[in-house]
Amino acid sequence: MNRAVRVPIFRPNEFKWTHDPEKCARCKRCVQQCGFGAISWEDGPVSDPAKCVGCQRCMVFCPQQAITIDVNHRRNVWHQAETGGVLLTGMGCDLDYPILWDHLVLDACQVTNPSIDPLREPMELKTHIGRRPDRVKPGGGEEDESDIPIAPCLELESPIVFSPMSYGSISLNAQKAIAMAAAECGVMWNTGEGGLHEDLKPYSHRAFVQCASGRFGVDADYLNAGAAVEIKIGQGAKPGIGGHLPGEKVSQEVSRTRMIPLGTDALSPAPQHDIYSIEDLRQLIYALKEATDYQKPVSVKIATVHNVAAIASGIVRAGADIVYLDGFRGGTGAAPTVIRDHLGIPIEIAVAVVDQQLRDEGIRNQASIIAAGGIRSSADMAKAIALGADAVAIGTAALLALGCTLCQRCYTGKCSWGITTQDPALTRRLDPYVGSQRLINLITAWSAELEEILGAMGVNAIESLRGSRERLRAVGLDQTTCDILGVKPAGVGA
Amino acid sequence: MRIDAADLHYRDLNRQVRQAVAEGEMELEIVNVNGQRYIADGVQGSVGMELHGVPGNDLGAFMDGPTVVVRGNAQDAVANTMNAGEIVVHGHAGDVLGYGMRGGRLLVRGNVGYRVGIHMKAYQDRFPVVVAGGVAGDFLGEYMAGGALIVLGLERRPGQELVGDWCGTGMHGGVIYVRGDVDPARVAGRFVAVRPVDDADRKVLTPHVEAFAFAFGLDVAEILEHDFLRIAPISHRPFGAKYAA
Ligand code: SF4
Ligand code: SF4
Repeated sequence: MNRAVRVPIFRPNEFKWTHDPEKCARCKRCVQQCGFGAISWEDGPVSDPAKCVGCQRCMVFCPQQAITIDVNHRRNVWHQAETGGVLLTGMGCDLDYPILWDHLVLDACQVTNPSIDPLREPMELKTHIGRRPDRVKPGGGEEDESDIPIAPCLELESPIVFSPMSYGSISLNAQKAIAMAAAECGVMWNTGEGGLHEDLKPYSHRAFVQCASGRFGVDADYLNAGAAVEIKIGQGAKPGIGGHLPGEKVSQEVSRTRMIPLGTDALSPAPQHDIYSIEDLRQLIYALKEATDYQKPVSVKIATVHNVAAIASGIVRAGADIVYLDGFRGGTGAAPTVIRDHLGIPIEIAVAVVDQQLRDEGIRNQASIIAAGGIRSSADMAKAIALGADAVAIGTAALLALGCTLCQRCYTGKCSWGITTQDPALTRRLDPYVGSQRLINLITAWSAELEEILGAMGVNAIESLRGSRERLRAVGLDQTTCDILGVKPAGVGA
Repeated sequence: MRIDAADLHYRDLNRQVRQAVAEGEMELEIVNVNGQRYIADGVQGSVGMELHGVPGNDLGAFMDGPTVVVRGNAQDAVANTMNAGEIVVHGHAGDVLGYGMRGGRLLVRGNVGYRVGIHMKAYQDRFPVVVAGGVAGDFLGEYMAGGALIVLGLERRPGQELVGDWCGTGMHGGVIYVRGDVDPARVAGRFVAVRPVDDADRKVLTPHVEAFAFAFGLDVAEILEHDFLRIAPISHRPFGAKYAA
């Protein structure tokens, strides 16, 4: 029973917004820029502290640097005492859990083993994602290979994909920027569970098309438009929690793309009530393979939870060609704060244990691993691959490239940067061509850094780093964690 | 064209079906069907298929247009995410029928299992319909967002319930019609309300009951003269008040 009754509470403000009238040129730009309607004009800008979310749009756009915003107080308990509601948030967990990437270091060449200069030598970042044959026959003559079926694979120019972000949770301009960047860079983007908008069909050859419990926008044409199909079981930011796009965000265009009526809640509950077992998952995987005539690899995306290794093994045995692991620091458009911050396990651990389990069972070749949820840099990417991932996925990093300031209010639909909103006045702030170029820059930069790292390690292909945990050492981790990661402590030689 | 499914793995059978459809075949008769999954999965166009035997799970999944007649029972997940077309089952059918179905019609002569019509959704001119001649199991219309589920309860045993427990849980669109009584105390509550049908409901209901009666050679007037109840959601936003705004 819901006993909650709203009881306003008198409390300090979450953010302290200050404005220097001496510097102010009275241009009113801050009033126009605030997506949350917090700033009004009373002979000068005034901010309503109850509305300010600290997104910093006004601060960035003030030509006079007249505005400062400071964090004042966290509001959680007050807010709940006031509303009796479950707190919502956006983006990834910001609590102070140890980040294991920062306790892992990579090896480099010195004296006895030569490094490679990436400026001079060719470096191969090309990555194939999908199922590998169980055996290759020695000799390799034509007739030798003919009876080994080769499953369809995705070819990536660099081991990066964009994580699933649906049209609905993000704006069409944001999704378009991502899709164009993926096509340009020869990597992949992912529709999320929101259908494929007409305007993005030209980029669908580089798309994972997602199929989740709500089946939004899923039909035979959609499945065949993508380069790969993904079954979404879970999301790192909210393991065990489904998606819920509130009716007010289901605009005309969103409704068309998701194929649902205007203004109804789009519910995609976490339990897929047709999947209660690995056998049921297998049934859906093969329903999708049949519908696409076995031409597309099928990915299964899960949140990393305690039993992730056994679950991933089941997923591979169920016929998935790709296992997408989403760690607990992964982002979201909307999730209960308590879930985002406290459920699931880090991606570093998950990649290591899943890779090990699949190797131990002799089925590592049957599926590729994509690691997501907390990949912040090319270094994290290199470490993830050394731990056993085939590629990484980036979501939060991509949104940062589009201007996101991590205010975590994506669930309100008022994003001042035009990213997680459907309000046309806000979405037009994001030029998809400009955004796409920033994403292309990001991928170019990370790829170049990855080449530098490979060169220093003396390997000339990303394939040679994959699962090479011997090239990682741990700093400041206990022995148990080292054992789980399959990594030796720094100081232990080869 | 006739395909003998005896001893064929579903992969081989379905490859033959896809190939026949691609070559423009308009009528397929598949005999000795024995549990093969995914028949007509993702098939588009207006081909007609008649299946003799019992097809396996996911019959007509992602199907977009064809007409499939099953001379026998069907198993689970028939019409999964189906977009358009019609499936007629001359027997009983299993669990999770019409999952996420967006259009077309499923007619089942006998009973249907658990979790039928969950996540069904209507969109523009597409309006998915499932008609069960017998009774339905638990969780009928769970998370339903559009379309119609019709439960006729023909040849019911005395005391046998028309629908199981948790009917319409999380339902936020669409409508369920049942021919006969349900105990409102058991069905209605958090998500759905129950009331007798009115003329507008009869208008929605009648063509589908007619199609059902026609498909199975039954007397439509006899079916329709009975009282029907309408089970429909209280809100299109069932979870609206849960979060701190
Ligand atoms: S944007 Fe800056 S200069 Fe312009 S009105 Fe606001 S505070 Fe003043
Ligand atoms: S996407 Fe927009 S609303 Fe979400 S955290 Fe970034 S700036 Fe804030």
